Amino acid sequence: MSLQDKDRIFTNVHGFQPWNLKAAQKRGDWDKTANLLKIGQDEIIERIKASGLRGRGGAGFPTGMKWSFMPKAPTPERPNFLVINADESEPGSCKDREIIRHDPHKLIEGALVAGFAMRARAAYIYIRGEFIYEAKVLEAAVAEAYAAGLIGKNACKSGYDFDVFVHRGAGAYICGEETAMIESLEGKKGQPRLKPPFPAGAGLYGCPTTVNNVESISVAPTILRRGPEWFASFGNPNNAGTKLFQISGHVNTPCVVEEAMSIPFRELIEKHAGGIRGGWDNLLAVIPGGSSVPLVPAAQIMDAPMDFDGLKALGSGLGTAAVIVMDKSTDIVRAISRLSYFYKHESCGQCTPCREGTGWMWRVMERLREGNADVSEIDTLFQVTKQVEGHTICALGDAAAWPIQGLIRHFRPEIERRIAEHGGMLEAAE
Amino acid sequence: MPKVTVDGLEIEVPQGATVLQACELAGKEIPRFCYHERLSIAGNCRMCLVEVAPGPPKPQASCALPATEGQIIKTDSEMVKKAREGVMEFLLINHPLDCPICDQGGECDLQDQSVAYGRGASRYDENKRAVTEKYMGPIVKTVMTRCIQCTRCVRFAEEVAGIEEIGAIYRGENMQITSYLERAVTSELSGNVVDLCPVGALTSKPYAFNARPWELKKTPAIDVMDAVGTNIRLDSRGRAVLRAVPRINEDVNEEWANDKTRHAVDGLTHRRLDKPYVRKDGKLVAVSWQEAFEAIKANWSGEAAVVAGDMVDCETMFAARELAGNAMLEGRQTGLAYDTSSLSAVNFNTTIAGIENADVILLVGSDLRREAPLVNTRIQKAVRKKGAKVFAIGPETDLTYKVEWLGDDLGALSKAPKALADALKTAERPAIIVGGGALRYEGVHGAALAFAKKYKLFKDGWNGFNVLHFAAARMGGLMLGYAFDGGIKTLAAKKPKLAFFLGADEVDYSLFAKTFKVYVGHHGDNGAANADVVLPGAAYSEKSGTWVNLEGRVQRGERAVFPPGDAREDWAIFRALSDVLGKRLPFDSLDELRAAMTKVVSSLGQEGLADYGWAEPKLDAKVSGKIADYPIKDFYLTNSICRASPTMQRCSSELVHGQQWLEAAE
Repeated sequence: MSLQDKDRIFTNVHGFQPWNLKAAQKRGDWDKTANLLKIGQDEIIERIKASGLRGRGGAGFPTGMKWSFMPKAPTPERPNFLVINADESEPGSCKDREIIRHDPHKLIEGALVAGFAMRARAAYIYIRGEFIYEAKVLEAAVAEAYAAGLIGKNACKSGYDFDVFVHRGAGAYICGEETAMIESLEGKKGQPRLKPPFPAGAGLYGCPTTVNNVESISVAPTILRRGPEWFASFGNPNNAGTKLFQISGHVNTPCVVEEAMSIPFRELIEKHAGGIRGGWDNLLAVIPGGSSVPLVPAAQIMDAPMDFDGLKALGSGLGTAAVIVMDKSTDIVRAISRLSYFYKHESCGQCTPCREGTGWMWRVMERLREGNADVSEIDTLFQVTKQVEGHTICALGDAAAWPIQGLIRHFRPEIERRIAEHGGMLEAAE
Repeated sequence: MPKVTVDGLEIEVPQGATVLQACELAGKEIPRFCYHERLSIAGNCRMCLVEVAPGPPKPQASCALPATEGQIIKTDSEMVKKAREGVMEFLLINHPLDCPICDQGGECDLQDQSVAYGRGASRYDENKRAVTEKYMGPIVKTVMTRCIQCTRCVRFAEEVAGIEEIGAIYRGENMQITSYLERAVTSELSGNVVDLCPVGALTSKPYAFNARPWELKKTPAIDVMDAVGTNIRLDSRGRAVLRAVPRINEDVNEEWANDKTRHAVDGLTHRRLDKPYVRKDGKLVAVSWQEAFEAIKANWSGEAAVVAGDMVDCETMFAARELAGNAMLEGRQTGLAYDTSSLSAVNFNTTIAGIENADVILLVGSDLRREAPLVNTRIQKAVRKKGAKVFAIGPETDLTYKVEWLGDDLGALSKAPKALADALKTAERPAIIVGGGALRYEGVHGAALAFAKKYKLFKDGWNGFNVLHFAAARMGGLMLGYAFDGGIKTLAAKKPKLAFFLGADEVDYSLFAKTFKVYVGHHGDNGAANADVVLPGAAYSEKSGTWVNLEGRVQRGERAVFPPGDAREDWAIFRALSDVLGKRLPFDSLDELRAAMTKVVSSLGQEGLADYGWAEPKLDAKVSGKIADYPIKDFYLTNSICRASPTMQRCSSELVHGQQWLEAAE
């Protein structure tokens, strides 16, 4: 049972209608938002909790619970802040881009509702620097909302003052990490902070802060309008709701599509992506959640439910639901090596294992690609990934390690074949 | 107080302690690179990983993790061992193996810890990273390929030195530490980053390739470059002091030293007086000790004036006073003439460590950053950590923290501007610091005292009245009576027949045109050039001596090396001269001298804060005029030692006068 049109939250994700306020209001956005705020701050959080919404940025932390960590009585000297993470840089992910491009008012309305619920004074939308058109749309949409009195002083005539600021990033992947984003917003070098203290205790400018993904925020008003039970009715238990899947790679019609959680992989691809290029027998592997999760070989993924727990059971993860499909024409070692290069390039350089490890891993991966290595180096590489994983300040170290671990776990024979073909490592003449 | 278990040992740790501190309390050594007690926690080297339960099933950075009740910490488990080996391996893959030519060799954290916690061999087959050198000024030499990005230097510059001139650029394995636009680091504390750097990335430029740490004889001493009395260790080899590094003294210098303290030592081997001289036909001629003494005897009338310089020790001043009598003594060379009837009224009463607790501070004609850099860091700490407010009267200058300038007019002392008065009203621990720039003006001392009384700077357990001296000899001199009523001009007006100048190089010698001048000192500077007889003495590194710092702390330094040539320790010169003059001084050893000195001024006999007791002199509080400037024009050239030091001359021309120094291509 897949998602019906009447249950879609992102009704303009494909951009068939204009993004502007008038069109958005026709689609039901900003419809008596003041009434949503009248639900009351704690009740909103309760309803979001009841809906089972888990963070859409990758980690899947329950959103309602995250909001409930914010102080209940902020002072003017130390206000609460909402930071919205639109620094979508994960290879494969492109859902936030589509939301901002075609449905920015969903996000702005969500910012007001979520910000009100967590008693935030303002929301900062940190948008990826490369999203030039999207940033322009978002800035225009924010201006529209201000002009219509939907945000700003006495937002939606609710008596609540709420500002929304759009901040453009400068192109660093690491600024998608919540504390690095806060550092960057403060004008510093984007480097993750040590936790504790968590942002809900001391975040932006030392004030309590919640950082949420664009999608998590954008779905909040609809959840409140249609009720948490409605949202919770989709997907397997603990994996509730609908989700934007971003299907790319070797499928016939790559797309961004909203679907119910826990939809089986095969159904998702057949229904929306026109099937695998060359048929299902041609499927090699899938990276189901954006570049940072381990790949899953074809046999395991085909009938797996696409949700947090189902993919975790396969040793991977849902991540941002950026489904990268690879058929048998893929040079899988090269594909992962390219991801390693990405993490080497995007490591912030703050802590040792990631700074030194990502470069090392990439260099070994490049040699494995050609087979210019010794078989024992596969184990060394695996150990190096283990030395990086779990030893770093933020999760970028893990993200760099996991794709390689997935590769070695599932495609070791392929690597060994290449080494055998190449005849081992080239020795320099001495 | 949470109780934690470290490797099976249950201990109680102070509230707010980190897991790393808890492990240290339990006697466990935790390797670290980025963590430093005096800097903020960065947690980026990942060397201090330990296993902590309850917690995620992965090693935790102990430096940043608070110790909480019931934690079970393991520092010797397999997981911890693996984690340390892993981090060590990562640190070494891009670290050059140039230890044999690295100045840090022998005192390198990376060396020590890789021996203790690293793996035996490397598994890294790729090329190593190389990083271009960065220019950081005349003190800090950089070999950035060795850098392990611990960011201690960055945090020091920002948090202690108060300058935001060191930072990191680029990211990932390309991350580099550099100074702003690769210009010289303008802090007078820049040398400290050399000590902080756990590897050989930042080393001392003047000391480059000079010696290995195990060749050096280490002598505890007291710095004389300013009145802070920085506790230092003089590292010498043979007859030369090669470097000065700070010793830890929480009450005085914590573990910092300013650049002058560290690097003026190369002046100790330049322009030295190593023979006695007597002026004959207008020219100084080298003579024997006997002949020099005879020349003095010819002008001896049983009494003499003594002018003490900025760096002399108490023993020298005492010996000179015993010989010359205590009628005509002066140490304030530049002509200051403030009242010294109460020593407590010219003391830094709040103490150096205590000024950190002040919440409102008024500076009067005091350029702290130049006059006492390590007092300045304390105030910078008070401002940054505790939100202290600083007001200042005097010409505006960069003190590294936010200062509300009240203008040059001293009248602000008698009629405080509103902002200052308001701040003082609510202040719990207010303080005033009166510097040499203000004491030149009549009435300032009295006005400052009246100000202190009016705004209640004296509270239970708190004395907020401070005078800031910047000569190492000053407080000791005042205790020994080196203050002539009316100052040096009045002394000169008495036209003494004979005067001893103890390393006094800042004196206006034209005042003493008719006096027979005997210079006892160690450098051929202004004093020697004007003297009739020059007796070569010992510099601070060449004698055991007692110095009293600006807060009245009596401290003793030891002799690191012997004076060059025929030069002798100063007290011994006076002892020998006393025989010739027929007024034999009653001590034959330094110990006997100290015993005699203690009899006269008892607090000089014991190390530690001298107790002056608070007594307020009755002074005229009428004040007017403007503070024209600060006494220290060139931080790097304030005394004869640093004027002789090539390093300090270079610092001066580059950092004060903005000259460019080009490096020769190699």
